[in-house]
Amino acid sequence: MRNYETTFIVDPVLSTEDIKSTAQTYVDKLRKEGCEIVFVDEMGLRTLAYDINKRSNGIYYSIEHTSANGAFIRDFELALRRDERILRFLTIALDKYGVQYNADKRAGKIGKAKRQKQEKAAKTEASAHGISRKKADSPSLSGVPSGDAESFKEEE
Amino acid sequence: MASRDDIKFLSNPKIGGRKKKYCRFKRYGIKHIDYKDPDFLLTFVNEQGKILPRRITGNSLKYQRKISTAIKRARHLAMLPYLTDLLK
Repeated sequence: MRNYETTFIVDPVLSTEDIKSTAQTYVDKLRKEGCEIVFVDEMGLRTLAYDINKRSNGIYYSIEHTSANGAFIRDFELALRRDERILRFLTIALDKYGVQYNADKRAGKIGKAKRQKQEKAAKTEASAHGISRKKADSPSLSGVPSGDAESFKEEE
Repeated sequence: MASRDDIKFLSNPKIGGRKKKYCRFKRYGIKHIDYKDPDFLLTFVNEQGKILPRRITGNSLKYQRKISTAIKRARHLAMLPYLTDLLK
């Protein structure tokens, strides 16, 4: 089983229902091919960094899905390419870190999790060396008593 | 005559005081770089939208490669420009 992620940009000129049905077409298409849909991310209207087909905006959709093999790609991408409502698309294979990242992002951990990791890293280092990195950078020197270092951690 | 101690003050004290660059992905354990996050990728391009070299960002080779693929994917999806002026 492999993990894939397909992102595409839908033409913003279409009506809201048309846009939704366009995205739904491709979700259904993937299901028909035997893929399991993990998540459909509606990223919404964004300004493009450069014009595509004389459009300066686009509605982004991102579908994370699994598939037994890569056989679906041929027909799926051909359909996307022929569709005039699609401005751009990109299919990529996700590695295990990518899957983890997307799961964390959905759970709202990304951003916060990164900060926690940093803190944890700083703390482990602090226990190993007696001083945290932040402390080393701060003007107060390493000669501070250990009680002070603990209060510093609590502040964090 | 300038003794050895005087020479110390004649040279620019800022030299050698520079912080060592490091790979943030290795240090903070970031394993995946998302191509759908243009704000983050913006930190690795210059104001023309060119990818910054490792020399400047301090990334390890492994993550520099991942960054460059992510930037290229973001460019394809019009999340980052291929070329521009005054990006930042």
